[in-house]
Amino acid sequence: MSGTATNGRRVVVTGIGVVSPLAVGAELTWKRLIEGQSGIGRITHFDPSELPAQVAGQVPDGPTAEGGLTLSDWVPAKDQKKMDRFIHLGLAAAIQAVEDSGWMPEDEDGRCATGVMIGSGIGGLQTIYDASLTVSSGKARRLSPFFIPSALINLISGHLSIRYGFKGPNHAVVTACATGVHAIGDASRLIQYGDADVMVAGGAEAAICSLGIAGFCSARALSTGSNDDPTKASRPWDKDRDGFIMGEGAGVVVLEELEHAKRRGAKIYGEIGGYGLSGDAYHITAPAEGHNGAFRAMKAALRNSGGLTTADIDYVNAHGTSTMADDLELDAVERFFGDDAKRLAMSSTKSAIGHLLGAAGAVEAIFCLQAIRDGIVPPTLNLDNPARESVIDRVAHVAQQRKIDVALSNSFGFGGTNASIILKRFKD
Amino acid sequence: MSDIADKVKKIVVEHLGVDESKVTPDASFIDDLGADSLDTVELVMAFEEAFSVEIPEDAAEKIATVKDAIDYIEKQKAA
Repeated sequence: MSGTATNGRRVVVTGIGVVSPLAVGAELTWKRLIEGQSGIGRITHFDPSELPAQVAGQVPDGPTAEGGLTLSDWVPAKDQKKMDRFIHLGLAAAIQAVEDSGWMPEDEDGRCATGVMIGSGIGGLQTIYDASLTVSSGKARRLSPFFIPSALINLISGHLSIRYGFKGPNHAVVTACATGVHAIGDASRLIQYGDADVMVAGGAEAAICSLGIAGFCSARALSTGSNDDPTKASRPWDKDRDGFIMGEGAGVVVLEELEHAKRRGAKIYGEIGGYGLSGDAYHITAPAEGHNGAFRAMKAALRNSGGLTTADIDYVNAHGTSTMADDLELDAVERFFGDDAKRLAMSSTKSAIGHLLGAAGAVEAIFCLQAIRDGIVPPTLNLDNPARESVIDRVAHVAQQRKIDVALSNSFGFGGTNASIILKRFKD
Repeated sequence: MSDIADKVKKIVVEHLGVDESKVTPDASFIDDLGADSLDTVELVMAFEEAFSVEIPEDAAEKIATVKDAIDYIEKQKAA
């Protein structure tokens, strides 16, 4: 981004929160991820035996201290039934991020300069399903007054703003599986343009319900061949991959204008280094041959990076969903990096947690920040036999120690929407 | 306390997540028990369901306290 509109305002990340199939908590999720653990198992949220896909990445229940979900630690009991599960998970991640950042505005100016932009790919699907049963059984007048606000995608933003009194921009992204990256990227721009000094941004998803799984099954998008061996089901780039594995959870970051963060002595995870968007204009669910849309999104992110080149990028967190489209992304990444592909590490963390749809991009951006901080590249599980060879190291099976200063994360969504975001080590 | 009063109290405790001791006859759903306007809509629906009565909107608007609810339902059941 150049020109005067941004006044050179830089955006850093000062708080992170994750709810994933590996754990509730950003650091425990990361620890389990780099240990090579898998969060995929047989679906227990409902009985999946009628459906061809029966495995998913569900957020584990359990004590908060052990990385399980204890909902009452995040949402008061009397409010829980007024929100769909995607809002529960989104709030749990957002509260973590806000508390991690230590940012709590003390005056009205501070509250008005703090905004929220937490989206979802699908929203309250289970809530909509339940409500439709009420209506179809002739009880339309008995529909809960909380049905609509429970299902609406922007209500994570709404609830969070009410909880903390954040009165800045109140927004929510809905771009299917690109939601998380779009939310962080667009929220960063609101800070760059001075609409806010702090933005709480990310995505959440909870679509592991009969309607969600059946719908993606009908679209022939889910893996059906590993129902008896769930941890082997998600296998990006592997020749035996046969569809994605649905995951649920949320990822939320606190984005902050650099000088604002410095003034209050905030811990800085990294800087937003660039952000790019593109559209395929091709097909509602499939990317085009060569994945030109992915190529253009990465190119746009680099163009907005203030002078980075492909030689500066050390790690790519791929969209890599464990479908045939993995190789199209690989084509685009190889083409985009050219000779620099040889020194690149690229992994798909969906191999461990599944595809968190609207939360995926936000969780994966957080993994990039943790990879930069710790000098560790998370692995691609189950990459036993790559469907095709590549000069890019795809970090099969085990995590690698590697110095990472700049990472790029890709997310692509149904409708042909693509987004890439660059995270980089903060240097004053 | 009548059966109706007991049942009303139980529904209020359940829906508003408040302590039973606070659900006194004079307690106002909004002023004393922390309900908002949507909570009261849901509460009235719960009463309708539990007691198999119809509570029209103009009547529902006048139900502000626990006692209002008990009185209305007792009157309907007696009729």
